[in-house]
Amino acid sequence: MRAIILEQVERLLHEQAGVAVLRGVEAGEWPAALWSAVEELGLPLLLVPEDAGGIGLGWADAAAVWQVLGRHGAPVPLGEGMLANAMLAAAGIAPVAGFVTIGTQAAPFGRFAMQALRHDRGHVALHARDGHVPHANIAREPRDRITPGQPIAEGGLPAAWGPRATRLAMALLRAALITGAAQRALALAVDWANTRKQFGRAIGKFQAVQQSLAQVAGEVAAADVAVATAARAVDARGLHAAGFEIACAKVMAGEAGQVAAARVHQAFAAIGITEDHELHHYTRRIWAWRDEAGSERAWAAELGRAALARGGAALWADITGRDIA
Amino acid sequence: MRFELVSLPATAGALRTEVRAFLAEAGSTWTPAVRARSWMGFDRDFSREVGARGWIGMVWPREYGGQERSGLERTIVLEEMLAAGAPVGAHWIGDRQSGPLILRLASEEQKRRILPGIARGELAFCIGLSEPEAGSDLAALRTRAERAPGGWRLNGRKIWTTFAHLSDYMIALVRTSPAPEGGSRHAGLSQFLVDLRSSGISIRPIRDMLAEASFNEVTFDDVVLPEDALLGAEGAGWAQATAELAYERSGPDRYLSSFPALSAAVDPLRTVPGAEAPLGRMVARLATLRQMSLSIAGMLERGEQPAQEAALSKDVGNDFEQALPEQLRALMEPDDMPHDLRALLDDLAQLSPTFSLRGGTREILRGIIARELGLR
Repeated sequence: MRAIILEQVERLLHEQAGVAVLRGVEAGEWPAALWSAVEELGLPLLLVPEDAGGIGLGWADAAAVWQVLGRHGAPVPLGEGMLANAMLAAAGIAPVAGFVTIGTQAAPFGRFAMQALRHDRGHVALHARDGHVPHANIAREPRDRITPGQPIAEGGLPAAWGPRATRLAMALLRAALITGAAQRALALAVDWANTRKQFGRAIGKFQAVQQSLAQVAGEVAAADVAVATAARAVDARGLHAAGFEIACAKVMAGEAGQVAAARVHQAFAAIGITEDHELHHYTRRIWAWRDEAGSERAWAAELGRAALARGGAALWADITGRDIA
Repeated sequence: MRFELVSLPATAGALRTEVRAFLAEAGSTWTPAVRARSWMGFDRDFSREVGARGWIGMVWPREYGGQERSGLERTIVLEEMLAAGAPVGAHWIGDRQSGPLILRLASEEQKRRILPGIARGELAFCIGLSEPEAGSDLAALRTRAERAPGGWRLNGRKIWTTFAHLSDYMIALVRTSPAPEGGSRHAGLSQFLVDLRSSGISIRPIRDMLAEASFNEVTFDDVVLPEDALLGAEGAGWAQATAELAYERSGPDRYLSSFPALSAAVDPLRTVPGAEAPLGRMVARLATLRQMSLSIAGMLERGEQPAQEAALSKDVGNDFEQALPEQLRALMEPDDMPHDLRALLDDLAQLSPTFSLRGGTREILRGIIARELGLR
């Protein structure tokens, strides 16, 4: 099932996403055609259980979809839409047609949302959008302040989602997207290094360039493993009890994203920082996403506080104690 | 490159508990110097105790002294040993690569003679690869074995051979025929099982910067080897030696080398303002590297050949274990550290340069990764 969905998403984005759509989003346009195609495939309902009218995939599947999305610069807020519908379904609220954003402060693509989902300590409410104030992150993605209307529907999340379900879920989403964008940046750099010639040969022939990009590959592979580990933990134990793994994923993705962005720009030199070149669509998203849903610093501090509270003698036992049999 | 996650076997918890109980008792007297060295520490008594519990060669067939347990169960034992800083050096090489090589390539008689001894923790192995003129460029090696009446005659020199002076056997990669003109230098190399008590072998310990003899120069002067000293096929040595690299490069020994310092630092860090986030970054990386290493153990268990994945995880792991002592040092004034932590960091400062050298240098590993990316 996962393979089929991934192939569908990959094909859809390959055919209908691309730099032009990213430029449109950054200029304030809603990618209407792409969103319609996403809805036709039922993708916003991937995480909604089948008995609630969804497709019933798990979080590991979702994270894999988000990575593909990240490789294409996430031109549509599919991840947010998936999470909103999953939370609505979990709270016993029927999924709604159209895009539902998450939160009312810095709401992703909020100006284009039909409704906004608000979540507070296990309580979920779906609001109409009465108005909005436009804002954007450094990738020029809409992050708007929404004036919510009266709640349309309300409900409670099951305990396994925990009191900070939104923050955990959004952190996992951002970590997966960053990993995908970093994979794309690396792939672009490898192509470039194999074609750009200096001193009579492709710059990828130089060991200095090879060693630098090899290190990016290592960081990105580690982030990929961290994201997969976190998603698996959510599938096994629920969001609330996967806080450790999600924290690890956001830290590792943020660190890998920075290494990738810095080194790939170095490989591309001047052409890579031009507006015309596509690279910045991915690197600016990496920089934006690593600050959203808690930076590396915030999540690392959470991990560090827990380790300090438990003490050095428990460190190894606690890490291995989280294994999933 | 793909890293599929693995699930540990149902026996994992019980096995872990058993190993921890053993280590809690055996490790009560280990000094920081012992724990800083871990798999660079040679302690035959300890290895015999580990062997007595069935934790060496544990995946091998019972008829050769093994326990027929899974590779993932073996990984659990390894990571517990290293997390505790156990001095596993006397059996580490035999368990990790020499034993598996013998199991795969040696004669029935050799397997029966040698493998049970490794599994009991009684036979120690060293690795005969590097030579004075052949380091990262291993195929430049010059040690030669020639046909002689009843076997082979070995001449040449190996260097940087860890624990040769304490070991019973070496598995050496040597040249048995000249590299073909204009052909691959990987041709004409063969692997030999060398009994280090053979006459004509001289082993000269080389003192390292800790003023310890951990590695050696080993000279072969007309050493006569029996016919069956040849392991595997004549001329297939390069492929045989590199086939084991995924085992050698992906284990927990490639990211846990400085873990004892991390666990010793946690309690003292409680009073250090702002230590939470730097510590948390280390924890995140540690937990992730562990999943990468386990993932490769899973691939090996399934019979795959994850050479590139192993090179990559070793590179990221080596960076972590090498940087960790420095990151701890950045958080605490050395003079204010508890004695044990300071002693661990003092030793690790001097040991950690080898982390990105042994088993393939950082530069060689990144070259492998670059080629896998499609560069070169």
